[in-house]
Amino acid sequence: MISVDNVSYRYSGTPKDVLTGVNLQIQDGEFVAIMGENGAGKTTLVKMFNGLIKPREGSVYVDGIDTREKSVAQLSRDVGLIFQNPDHQLFAETVAEELSFSLRNFGFDEQTIKRRVTNISTALDLEKYVDSSPFVLSGGERKRLALAAILVWDPKHIIMDEPTIGQDYLQKDRLRQFIVQLISQGKTIIIVTHDIEFVAECKPRIVLLSKGAVIADDSAPKILTNDETLAKASLVRPQIAELIHQLPISEKPPDIIDAYAAREFLLTRLLKRNETEELR
Amino acid sequence: MSLRFVEGFKFTKLDSPIHKMDPRSKFVLTTGLFITALMFTNVFALITILVLQIPLILISRTSRRWLRSMKAGVFLGAFIFAINAISGTSLILAIAFSLRFFAIMSAFSFFFMTTSPDDLGLSLDQIHVPYSISFTFTTAVRLVPTMAIDAQTVVDAQRSRGLELDKGSLMKRIRNYIPILIPLIISAIRRSVELAEALESRAFGATEHRTAIVTLKLHFVDYLTIMGTILGVALATYVYFRVPLPTLNIPIKLPRIF
Repeated sequence: MISVDNVSYRYSGTPKDVLTGVNLQIQDGEFVAIMGENGAGKTTLVKMFNGLIKPREGSVYVDGIDTREKSVAQLSRDVGLIFQNPDHQLFAETVAEELSFSLRNFGFDEQTIKRRVTNISTALDLEKYVDSSPFVLSGGERKRLALAAILVWDPKHIIMDEPTIGQDYLQKDRLRQFIVQLISQGKTIIIVTHDIEFVAECKPRIVLLSKGAVIADDSAPKILTNDETLAKASLVRPQIAELIHQLPISEKPPDIIDAYAAREFLLTRLLKRNETEELR
Repeated sequence: MSLRFVEGFKFTKLDSPIHKMDPRSKFVLTTGLFITALMFTNVFALITILVLQIPLILISRTSRRWLRSMKAGVFLGAFIFAINAISGTSLILAIAFSLRFFAIMSAFSFFFMTTSPDDLGLSLDQIHVPYSISFTFTTAVRLVPTMAIDAQTVVDAQRSRGLELDKGSLMKRIRNYIPILIPLIISAIRRSVELAEALESRAFGATEHRTAIVTLKLHFVDYLTIMGTILGVALATYVYFRVPLPTLNIPIKLPRIF
């Protein structure tokens, strides 16, 4: 479990707190999306989960351990943080070496390294590139490689910072399926994102940040259909939710945010109408 | 590892007499300090060059950021000292080389903290440096803080993958910087290619003769600074050749390793 207790943080030399009195509990195996406007403190918050930033006020606990008491390397063994831009981490001559970098840092033996590199490159469709340079891969492939470079050591909690940026629709859908797979393996998934459509399809728990404070913490359908709350975090409803909201019909369910639920609702309404017309 | 020392080389608009000075006079002053620092290997002379800069730093109200850059330079200063000391150079000379590094770093920190890249570009244009060169120079100066942010992100990303920069032998520690430097160089190259394309798309270099709305003018204080620097360098040259300076004597001899 990741627990954030009354955390406030200010970068030195800046006049304002970037996080103010944040309280948050994320259970093992949960899927959470941290959303909010630019500068809301989302990335600062998740950087506290693997100790890159230590809170100045309050505490962050990962599986009961205060992050102040452990190094980033020790915390990273359980908390994998995938950065937004893959180019900020790729450096090795080959994809295989890139994948084995963290395993060597964590002291895995060569046999395990070989096995894990093979497994993860197959799982993320990178096996044909293992001997290629990471720099010749396309943007989407580099993003997948950055993800694989973290998943390779099998961390318990996985944090993804803006995982959908620069991804086409198919890649986003593959990412969504992959996240579902990881959750089924018991992993905690935390995503930091602005991609409201992606969140509407995944339906995680949403933690909404604005000006460094948590302003809402609820299920995706509840938050993504609350215009007042969304406006505070410079967000808008997903398109499907807006479509249902705009329909001139009575008895609209208030929490439809994805295409499947919208389809079910519209089909039911159409069938009902047909039945009524038939009766007439 | 924090890269906040870059703040010590970043321009911030402040209302100080030094900030108001012409960039050319500040450049002459910095060059003067640089030349004199290179001239001497005498510890007392180098301390004097360093101390002479303190009033300038105080007047420019940049002392806090200057201290930060000096603090960050301690590692490199110690490295210069160690390399010289173990390679057979005398202990005094090793101290002098470290002091020279601090004197030069301080002079450039002072210059970049108090000179706007725009004014710098303008002054280069006014001394007829080709615009493409002055633009490249000022862009490089402007990109330093951005590069520092990139470098911090790269460090964070690699630390999140279990990299411990401060662990292991000296050689291991040096090798630990490879995963930091390669992404940084690659992203710098990518950024420069994108910037070049964006500039060309916006007709960079379409006109040969550019005009500027602002013309820099040297004032009394600038002439005074330039004259003072020339006299200072002349005096330093005289002292270097004609005046025997007191020397520091440390009766310790380090074993030669290389």
